[in-house]
Order: sequence, then structure tokens, then C-alpha cells
Amino acid sequence: MKARHTLQVALEAVRLNRLRSVLTVLGITIGIASVTLTVGLGLGAQQQVRDQISALGSNLLIVSPGSATSGGVRGGFGTATTLTRADAEALASSEVAPSIAGVAPVSSTSTSLAAGSATWTTSVYAVTPSWQDVRSRTLAAGRFLTDADVTDRTRTIVLGSSTAQELFSGGNPLNQSVVINSVSFTVVGVLDAAGGSSSATSDDDLVLMPWTTAATTLGTSATTVSTIYLQAADAAHLSAAYQQATAALKARHQITTSGTADFSITTQESIVEAATSTDRTLTILLGGIAAISLLVGGIGVMNIMLVSVSERIREIGLRKALGAKPRAIRNQFLTEAAVLGLAGGVLGLGIAAFGALTLPSLIDQPVTLVWWAIVGSLIVAVGVGVIAGVYPAGRAARLAPIDALRSE
Amino acid sequence: MSALPEAGPARSVVMLDDVTKTYAQGSLAVQALRGVSMEIGAGEYVALMGPSGSGKSTLMNILGCLDVLSTGRYLLDGDDVANLDEDALAEIRNTRIGFVFQQFNLLPSLPAWRNVELPLFYAGVPAPERKRRALDALARVGLADRVDHRPGELSGGQQQRVAVARALVSDPAIVLADEPTGNLDSTSTEDVLALIDDLHSAGRTIILITHEADVAARAERVLHVRDGRLTDGGGVR
Repeated sequence: MKARHTLQVALEAVRLNRLRSVLTVLGITIGIASVTLTVGLGLGAQQQVRDQISALGSNLLIVSPGSATSGGVRGGFGTATTLTRADAEALASSEVAPSIAGVAPVSSTSTSLAAGSATWTTSVYAVTPSWQDVRSRTLAAGRFLTDADVTDRTRTIVLGSSTAQELFSGGNPLNQSVVINSVSFTVVGVLDAAGGSSSATSDDDLVLMPWTTAATTLGTSATTVSTIYLQAADAAHLSAAYQQATAALKARHQITTSGTADFSITTQESIVEAATSTDRTLTILLGGIAAISLLVGGIGVMNIMLVSVSERIREIGLRKALGAKPRAIRNQFLTEAAVLGLAGGVLGLGIAAFGALTLPSLIDQPVTLVWWAIVGSLIVAVGVGVIAGVYPAGRAARLAPIDALRSE
Repeated sequence: MSALPEAGPARSVVMLDDVTKTYAQGSLAVQALRGVSMEIGAGEYVALMGPSGSGKSTLMNILGCLDVLSTGRYLLDGDDVANLDEDALAEIRNTRIGFVFQQFNLLPSLPAWRNVELPLFYAGVPAPERKRRALDALARVGLADRVDHRPGELSGGQQQRVAVARALVSDPAIVLADEPTGNLDSTSTEDVLALIDDLHSAGRTIILITHEADVAARAERVLHVRDGRLTDGGGVR
């Protein structure tokens, strides 16, 4: 009953000075809108990265060679050629690594292609038939490479969807020939576009050929590989697969201390972690800057509340003369500040919602608004209002009734 | 419900004993009251008269617990006001004293009845009863048909009648009227003074400040204030 009246008085005070109330809460509105949008953009970006990486293939482990030492200088990861096809075969054994369901060793080289008058430069991957399953890819047309292609060293290739588009510009690439390194190859299949996002072009712009064929025609190594993709039996076996692969490779490479491993295994999770941590840092940074605007907004509320107290000094005096206790006056102004804060928060969320709807089409970035960010910003907005109101409300409560009544 | 004390001159509602009040005005100390002693019995109608600057408003503020005295003693209904904290003083103003000001002091954004119910709100009276009693008080001052008007839509006399309704809505024992007719024309003055007469005949103690002799003439007793002192005793027994 008392609370309702207090709220009513606060609402009336806010409504009586509509323009000033709007200007007062503008700071909070902008602050809440920018914090919510920043967090939304950050979450959207993280989600996007997660989607992209899960498009790499499910339950994927990626084994890369370690660094090579030449002339006393250690190169970066991947410079060494320590991974071999024998390693891949060992990992495929169900005795050595029972948690690993599929193994796909890959070598790659960059070269130019020609189909009729069209030319294109892209990566050519020397793969095994297991590549398709391990990478979870599907075909748009034709067939994938087979074991027979590998044993017979057939001059067959499978194209990524963008590569097919570049070389044949919409025409049917199946059974057409593509010249690579002066050797003519036949296109037997075209991959579907990789799932996830449109920007993962490297997954769609590629050429796959049997590794045996690549060794003879492109001169890629027949014994060493640049990457081994491993597929765990399922998500629950991911860490078991990781440990089995590490143990098996260490044993094969005769490595006893963990610091000197000549290979590294990354999981999807670790890639997601690395990619999203950058986004998270940026989100926190930008959110922090946006939070400062909230602080400025709070100071604005305090300023106007102080003006409001001195403007209504007679009203305060009258209320005190009629029996209002200091606490009642304080609550009245605190409620008013909270109402202002809430109004600013709601306005800010409205702007954020509008931004979340329109921004993705302007900057090609998804914005994710989640309930905890919405509820959180409302609480923060009310909190900022109340904190800003403490000093002015205290001042109003302390006014001597006679000084307040006497002022003109 | 009634807080009215037993009628009869034997019991004093207000007792001032050598009260002084000094204001600090910059480095200057202004002595507004220089030792006032007086006694007002329950149900009395007393007028305080004096020229402006005589200290009568200061005296009024002290009597209404709006201001605190510098030295001396003020017993209200036997309680020493000096011993009371701000919350207790607020409660006294709320339940025992009704104020009528020269400037009406109505809140311009609220309709008449919501102005009248304000003291009841601070007394914690539930909303339906507040409204009923506010409408009742407005009917008693003859404004039953103006309850939803805002102060700006009422004449000065009507506004002061709203203020009188607000002063009587909490059924206080004492009504303090500070130049209640100072801003009114003669007809409205007559209306308001008649209302105050009614309050007095209902048994309330009335203390009225004025500088007009014909207004003061309606009181049972007139006290003259000059230079911070009462010129004619204070009825101290």
C-alpha cells in the first residue's frame, strides 16, 4: 500500500517532466544499448566460430608434424616431415588405438589447374578414400575416390564446390578433364559445400586426388604426410583417442620426455577455445568501454536528481510538515531514481533489440541476445539509478522542514 | 480515534518556558525570540498578533515542531519536545497538529482529494479509508463537488478550504493557522474564518497568526508579539 503510493508519486514526478526524464535517462539508455549489443555481437561471433569449426568434421583430431631444426634454427610447427604413412597405418590399427574410428593422412601442394580455357590455382590434397568419412563430407555429384583408384594410381580427381564453379562456371564437371602439371585428370566427383558458414572457403576450394597418383604426377612424398586427420569413435572417446594417438606416436618416434614431441595433436575443442578466447577478450574490452558510458549515465541521473530535489524543496517541506518521516522522503526519491533507471534500461534494450534485428544485414555479423544479458542489464540499469539517487535522496531526507517550507 | 484532550482550561496543551531562538545568518546571530513563556489550554482559540519581523512566524514554527528552539523548554501535551527525535516529531506533526498556511501549500499536480489524504498516507492509513476520509473532509468544507479539481483549477478561497480540509482530515487536537486569510478576498476570508470557528467549537485548540485586528478579534485570547517577546504575559499561571 505504502509502496504503491510511493511508486505512484515517483511515476507522476517522472511523467510531469517528460522531456527532462528522457534526457536524464539518455546516458543509461545508450549505456545499456551498447553493453547489450557488444555482448550480443561477441556471443554471435563466438557462435559463428563454433559453427565453422564443427563443420570441420565431427570428433576430429588433427595431428601435425613438429618443428624441424635446420642449421640450429628451429622452424615452426609443420615445418618438419616427421609424420609418415606408416604412422597413419599404425594409428588405424584397432589394437594400437581402439578409440580411433578413422584415419586420413593428407599431403598437399599448391598448383594451377586448367580446364579448357579456364585456369585456377588452388590446393591439391593427396588423400586416401577414408578422407570423406573422417572429414564428414558429402558429394554433390559423382563418386569419391576408391581403394582401386589408389592401387591403380588412376588419374581421377574430386573437386570442391567452389573449385568446380571456377573451372566449369556452372557446367557439369563430371567426366570432364582438368590439366594439372601437364597431366590430364578426369573429374569423378564434386563435394557439397562445407556446412556451417559461407566464409569457410578453404574447405570448398580444393582438389582431392589419390595419394599414389599425386606422388607420381605432382611429386608429393610417398612416405611422409603433412597432416593426419583422426576421427574418434564418438564424442565420448575423444580424449581416449587423443591419448592413444599420443602414446602410439611417441612409441613409434621413440620419444620418452613429453617436451620433445615431434608432433602435435589438436582437437576441435582446443581450436574453438583458441578462436573464441580472442572474441571473448574483445567482447570484454568493448563491454568495459560501454560500461563506462553507463557510469556517465549514472552521473547524469544523479545530477538531475539533485536539481529535482532543489526544485521540489517546497514540496519536500510540505510533506515533512504533514508528517513524512525522513525515511519516507528518502524512499520517494530512491524510487524515482529506480524508475528512471528502469525506464532507461527498457529504452536501451529496445534500441539493442532494434540493433540486433538490423545490424546482421548491415555488417554480416550475427547478434545473439540472451535472456541473462537482458535481465542483467535491467538489473544494472535500476542499480545505476538507485546508486545515483542515494546522495540526492539523502539530501532531501535531511532537509529541515522549516528551511524547505520557507524557500521561495 | 479522537486525540482531543479533555476539555477545560485546567489542562494546558502548549507550555513554553523562556524560549529563545537564534538564527545564524552568516556571521551574524539574529535573535528571533528573546524569552517567550506562554500557556495555552486545551480547546482554547488564541490569536498571535504582531508586525512582520516580530518573531511571530518563528514562534509558530516552533509551536508546530517545524523548527527547534535554541534555549528554554516546550511541553506539548506534557511531552518535552527537546527529547524527541526527527521521526517522533514527524509523528507529532502528522497526528496532533493540523497546519493551514498563508500560501495554501497544495501540491499542484494532485487533485484536491489526493492533497487532502496526504497526512493519512504518512500515518499509514489504508487507501480506501484514506479516500473516504478525504472526501468526507472536503464535504465538511463545502467542496464535495470539487474533489477531482487540481489546485490550479480552484479559486484562492477554495484552495484554502482544501488546505483546511487537509488540516482536519487526521483529526488533530491543535490547528495552527499561519495568516490563513492573508491571500484571500473578504468573502473567502469570511468562509475560511467560519470554518476555523467550526473547528474550535468542535473542541480543537486553535492557534492563529495574523496581523489583522478584525481576524484576531474572533479569538478568545489575543497575544501580542513584538521584538521576540510577548508584550502581555502569556497566560502563564
